[in-house]
Amino acid sequence: MSNGATQAFSQKAFAQALKKYYGFYTGGFVGFVIVLGIAEQLGLPNRWIGYAFLFATILLYAGIGVMSRTADVAEYYVAGRRVPALFNGMATGADWMSAASFIAMAGGLYLGGYDGLAFVMGWTGGYCLVAFFLAPYLRKFGQFTIPDFLGARYGGHIPRMVGMFAAILCSFTYVVAQIYGVGIITTRFTGVDFQVGVFLGLAGILVCSFLGGMRAVTWTQVAQYIILIIAYLIPLAMLGVRHVSFPVPHVVYGFALEKVTQAEKRITADPKEVEVRNIFKKRADEADAKLKALPGSYAAEKAAVEKKLADLRAANAAPAEIKSAEDAVKSFPPSAEAAKKKWEGDKAAAAARTAPPRPHAMPFPGKDEKARDIARKNFLALIFCLMVGTAALPHILMRYYTTPSVREARVSVTWSLFFIFLLYFSAPVLAVLVKYEMYQFVVGSKFADLPRWVANWSAVDRSLLNVVDINGDGIVQLAEITLGGDIIVLATPEIAKLPYVISGLVAAGGLAAALSTADGLLLTIANALSHDLYYKIINPHASTKTRLTVAKMLLLVVAVMAASVAAQKPADILFLVSAAFSLAAAGFFPALTLGIFWKRANKWGATLGMLAGVGITFYYMCITQPWLRKVFNVSGTIAENTWWDISPISAGIFGVPLGFIVIIVVSLLTPAPEKEVQELVDHVRYPVLEGDIDTRGA
Amino acid sequence: MQLTEKHREYWRKNLIVTSILVFIWFVVTYVIGYYAIPLTEITFMGWPIPFYMGAQGSLAIYVLIIWFYASYMNKLDKEYGVHEGEDE
Repeated sequence: MSNGATQAFSQKAFAQALKKYYGFYTGGFVGFVIVLGIAEQLGLPNRWIGYAFLFATILLYAGIGVMSRTADVAEYYVAGRRVPALFNGMATGADWMSAASFIAMAGGLYLGGYDGLAFVMGWTGGYCLVAFFLAPYLRKFGQFTIPDFLGARYGGHIPRMVGMFAAILCSFTYVVAQIYGVGIITTRFTGVDFQVGVFLGLAGILVCSFLGGMRAVTWTQVAQYIILIIAYLIPLAMLGVRHVSFPVPHVVYGFALEKVTQAEKRITADPKEVEVRNIFKKRADEADAKLKALPGSYAAEKAAVEKKLADLRAANAAPAEIKSAEDAVKSFPPSAEAAKKKWEGDKAAAAARTAPPRPHAMPFPGKDEKARDIARKNFLALIFCLMVGTAALPHILMRYYTTPSVREARVSVTWSLFFIFLLYFSAPVLAVLVKYEMYQFVVGSKFADLPRWVANWSAVDRSLLNVVDINGDGIVQLAEITLGGDIIVLATPEIAKLPYVISGLVAAGGLAAALSTADGLLLTIANALSHDLYYKIINPHASTKTRLTVAKMLLLVVAVMAASVAAQKPADILFLVSAAFSLAAAGFFPALTLGIFWKRANKWGATLGMLAGVGITFYYMCITQPWLRKVFNVSGTIAENTWWDISPISAGIFGVPLGFIVIIVVSLLTPAPEKEVQELVDHVRYPVLEGDIDTRGA
Repeated sequence: MQLTEKHREYWRKNLIVTSILVFIWFVVTYVIGYYAIPLTEITFMGWPIPFYMGAQGSLAIYVLIIWFYASYMNKLDKEYGVHEGEDE
């Protein structure tokens, strides 16, 4: 701080230069989109537009990554601690918003209505906890990783190790999902194989981080944020113009929501809709009857399809009819076991379509008071877990080590949430406007002239959108439409009648969101291993050069491991992501906040508290989550094992309070921490103190 | 390193402002969420209140209270002489 004046001056000049560079960059990118748009009008095929976006953006990130290469430890781990608040905010935004936020969130809100808002609130409100309880204090502490803080505050290697394992556990489950997302996006827009897409994406991730660590990741993330937010807001603005005649639909879409609610009532009562729902009810009952009659029904059903084919052939029926009867025989399950599986699937699929539309704006719809009460409880518990988990994920907290001062760290949380807010407060608008489009213009239209986007997307992928005339009246009923959530964001450019170049832009935005998050997470894991395990515990005398070499090698190893797991398409990937939040919440939040706000918290309290919190969270998931129950061969039904009807995704609701209680009780039963530790706590509480100690890392 | 009475007052003020803001955070998130069913009866420009809060309102309040905290604390630092360097 002795050369404060010159430092402040160069910092100011640095921030100015950054604004200029990224200003040019944004202009250049917009120009690139316009040029592609003109090329499209001149006849450039869609496939080439997709390639142009993919390769141009990855090349751009690679360029920034190479320019930011570094051989300096502080540059590698914390970007030299000179990232201005505004830019750290953008980088955090990109770090935070993943493929799930960009592509899946609006779809979740479309399908879930009010109840889906738990994610919107949880993933933004958590930043309040970051701002009030963690960011400024961690910045004052000023080392490299979150386990660094646990190690210094609680003393010794044990808390550091526990923290390290918790960091790796939650970041790894999360990064697998991100790389999976990168694979999906690459596949969708270039047509390569999923496995190839995963490793192509991996190359894109590594070029950002490999040579320059945090420094390179920071500056590419800023670039990625700019692309992803442009890609999200432009189609929404155009959709707003179409439906509410205003490019900022956020302030007026209430009227569209009102019309959606009226349409829901109309659709619920419409006799044609009821007819279609009854057809599905009948199909579900039939599948159920076949299931109940197993194994006898297997032979009978098999004979029935074979007889039908024979009859048709004998009667010289139309070739199309014979063809479909042949297919039915061919695709008939080969065994009673396989038939059971197929019919169970049929039953569930049909049963899911027997219900009238879910009221979008109504909180916790349910069949009775008790069901609504359980839904409300889980809604609140989920918000709690997502919020506390947000404030405990190491890849986010780490970003606040990179600002030049405590003061900037505080401002930087404001910018972070502001930039995240821009996307999150738009997602519910998008969901309502697409629903409005669906209920007003698709439902009730004739099959002969479906809107173009519907025909296009159901041709691309039936799991995304599928419309079949179930009751044969030639008119689309809502119950005849099935859709996958991702369609909402993907199809918006076409619904708003925008040229294909905007669809390419949306793909580039989704890719930017997935790449940036994967980068931040990989760096967190590799840093926990290279800094906390290798440098702090195994080889404290390692030279700077060795440390960076080890860090880069580990980054490569972790990246390849995560990509190999993702290429297997692991089951229940969504559950794994949500589990990461509950585990991070229970593992880190109590130990970090009590470490700052309660001087009496000591080593044993923190160690046992972290273990107890993670332990009970994981235990509860194991006894109530179907996939984990199978892995651990758990006895008893799910209903018997649940506590207060809480679903496994919100297991942190038990882990966080238990973590606090254990830390407090154990700390009080064991001796108070030494004087140095108490001084450390004062040190982090005040941005500047007379005769202060120095904990800055090197 | 000796803490003066002034330092303790700084920390107390920090705790007070933090508690107030956490209270606001709690109300806009959990109290409104808990009473969402009865509050849905009240609508404004087409939005039921809990839906609007969950989708936009609460989020905007989160941004505002974090902004307020940052500016309040940065001012408090100067008032109590614990601010850093010259960087503005």
